[in-house]
Amino acid sequence: MEVLIGITGKDFVLLTADTTSARSIVIMKQEEDKTRELNKHNLLLTIGEAGDAVQFAEYIQRNIKLYEIRNGVPLSTKAVAAYTRREMADSLRSRNAYQVNILIGGVDPKTGTPELYWSDYLAASQKMPFATQGYASYFVMSTMDRYWRPDLSLAEARALLQKCFDELKKRFIGNLPSFLIKVVDKEGIRTID
Amino acid sequence: MSIMQYNGGCLVGMKGKNCVAIASDRRFGVQALGLSTNFQRMFSVNNRLYYGLAGLGTDVQTLSEKFRMSVNMYNLKEERDIAPTTFASLVSSTLYERRFGPYFSEPVIVGLEKDDTPFICAMDLIGCINFAKDFVVTGTSSEQLYGMCEALWEPDLEPEDLFETISQAMLNAVDRDALSGWGAVVHVITPTQVITRTLKGRMD
Repeated sequence: MEVLIGITGKDFVLLTADTTSARSIVIMKQEEDKTRELNKHNLLLTIGEAGDAVQFAEYIQRNIKLYEIRNGVPLSTKAVAAYTRREMADSLRSRNAYQVNILIGGVDPKTGTPELYWSDYLAASQKMPFATQGYASYFVMSTMDRYWRPDLSLAEARALLQKCFDELKKRFIGNLPSFLIKVVDKEGIRTID
Repeated sequence: MSIMQYNGGCLVGMKGKNCVAIASDRRFGVQALGLSTNFQRMFSVNNRLYYGLAGLGTDVQTLSEKFRMSVNMYNLKEERDIAPTTFASLVSSTLYERRFGPYFSEPVIVGLEKDDTPFICAMDLIGCINFAKDFVVTGTSSEQLYGMCEALWEPDLEPEDLFETISQAMLNAVDRDALSGWGAVVHVITPTQVITRTLKGRMD
C-alpha cells in the first residue's frame, strides 16, 4: 500500500513518498520519512519488505558517503543509480535478497539537469522522466503520461503531483492521507508542501 | 506468469550479403504495466559485433555489465578485438556456469568475422548455441518473429534491403504481442559502417 512518485522538471526532481507506516491492519505512525539523502544532490526513496527498506537505504547512504570521504568528490546521479543497482543485483541471488523498490532522484550540480531512476526489487534499473513505485503505478502513470512535459516549472510539477494525489484519493482503495514531498535541485534537497 | 515474460521484449537478427542486422523493441514493463519506452536491449562489443539480450530486465543489465568486463579484459590481454565465434563461446560458458540457477535471459549475437563473413547465432538461457544460416529470434514474441522472418527473409539481401526486411519483421511481430513493442531500434552492420535507425511503430 506504499507509494513513491517522482517527476523531473526543468532543473529539479520532485519526489514524494507516503508517510504511512503500517503492519497488517494497524497504522503505527503517520510521519514516516521513506527518503534518505545520499549526498547534496541525490535522494533515495525506498519501499518494500519491513526492515529491508530502511536497512538497504542506510547501507547505500553510508557507502555513497564513504566514497565521497575517500575520493573527495560526490558521485553523479547516474553513478549512484548504477552502484545501487549493482548492490541490489548482487543481493538478488544470495541467501537473503533485499525486497526493496526504489526511486533515485538527483541533479547535476553544475548544470541542474535532473535525472530520475526507477529500480524494482529485481534490480532492473531504468532512467525515466517520471516514475512510480507501488500500486500507485496503475493509477498515476497514465495521469503523468497525459500532463507531463519536459520543461515543467516547480509549480506546474507540484500541480501535476496534486492531480496524482487526487486520482489516488478517488480511485485507490488504500487510504494515504499524507505525503512527504521533497525537491532536489542545484541548491540541494528541501521539503515542500 | 513465467519469469521470462515478466518484463517483456524481443530481438531478431538476420544475415545479409556481407552484412548483418539486429533489431529489438524498446518496451520495459512489469507484467501488464508498461513503464518505459527506451529500455536498452542491444549492446555493441565493437563496431563489427553486436549482441542483444531478451528476458528478465535485471539479468539483461547484469549480463551486459559482465560481458563488458570480460571483453575489456580480453582486449587488454589479447591486444586484439574478440571474434564473433569466440564471443559466442564466452556468452555460452557464462550462461552455463549458472546451469542450476540460470540467468533468465536469451541472447542473440550478430557480427562480421575477420574476413567479413556474416555471423549470427542465438542461445537459450543456459547457453545452448544455435548457429543459424538465415535468422535468429528471441523474446516474448519469438513465435511471431519466426513467422514474419520465414515469410520475408531471402538470402543475400543488400544492407538497405536487409534493413527493410528486419524492420517489417519486427514491427509486425510485436504488434501481435502485448508484452513487446513500444518502439524499435535496428543496427545494420557492414564492413565499413554501422547504421543505427529508430523505427516509427505503433505505441500501443
